[in-house]
Amino acid sequence: MSHSSHAASMPAGAAAHGHEHHTSLGIPNHKLATWLFIASESMFFAALITTYMVFRYRSVVGPHPDEVVNIPLTTVSTFILLMSSLTMALGVSAAQRGESKAVGRFLLFTILGGIGFLVIQFYEWWHLAHHYGLTWNTNIFGSIFYILTGFHKAHVIFGMIWLAVLAVSAFRGTLRREHAVHVDVAGLYWHFVDVVWIVIFTVVFLLTEAGV
Amino acid sequence: MGERAMDRAHAGHAHAGTREYLKVGVMLFVLTVVEVAVIYLEALRPVLAPVLVGLSAWKFLLVASVFMHLKYDSRVYSGFFAVGVVLAILIALAVTAILA
Repeated sequence: MSHSSHAASMPAGAAAHGHEHHTSLGIPNHKLATWLFIASESMFFAALITTYMVFRYRSVVGPHPDEVVNIPLTTVSTFILLMSSLTMALGVSAAQRGESKAVGRFLLFTILGGIGFLVIQFYEWWHLAHHYGLTWNTNIFGSIFYILTGFHKAHVIFGMIWLAVLAVSAFRGTLRREHAVHVDVAGLYWHFVDVVWIVIFTVVFLLTEAGV
Repeated sequence: MGERAMDRAHAGHAHAGTREYLKVGVMLFVLTVVEVAVIYLEALRPVLAPVLVGLSAWKFLLVASVFMHLKYDSRVYSGFFAVGVVLAILIALAVTAILA
């Protein structure tokens, strides 16, 4: 990739003003880097989810997964996160049309979706700790459950901060059409967080409830 | 890089429209309802694991192809993502082999 030589020829601060730097493949560096990051994150979550699958029923003492999963509550939080992905996609679409205020609104809805998801998820953590006595050092199931869902929550929180910065910029009118790639890459990250939850929802909750 | 791929990459803006995004949103909603419903169907119990994995994979592909624009963007992105997913599956197999 000839990015370094290309970048050197760009006016100072071009990136800061939203001009897309392209690789020799003809695609924006931002997006390529984000996809590489997503590929590495896929491996990270694969290791965590597989570790959960291997150790979930190896605890000597309870509670065990099939005693504590709360399908109705988790389903609601899953719906909220899926719908936040929809508003994110609509936000990216608005950014590509240069509709700054609409971008701000859609990003705000997406952030609210993230907040709704986190509120339910943290309530579930609280419920597990207070009603079942399951903390991260109760047994091996508790350890890997909190580590897996905790890392996912951390990704949601990071995504919300990222989207909040973009939303402020959109409402101020400084996020113009030429900056659409910034919203696009934030969207990729948010959708990836959603995709990871689709897998976690099936593996950690549905398969457990089904007794698989 | 081919002319077509270059055009697609530069286009980058010719993604799905609002209608298709809403359609995918509805499909994700319905698939999640189906996922939750099937776990309570006794008749499906013997094939529940593959059914749930299949429904989850369907949702995964919908989000990746439409919301993440893999269906419309340069194939380079799909290639990077595919490599990541293949490596993730290999890591899952390795972790299982080591720990199970």
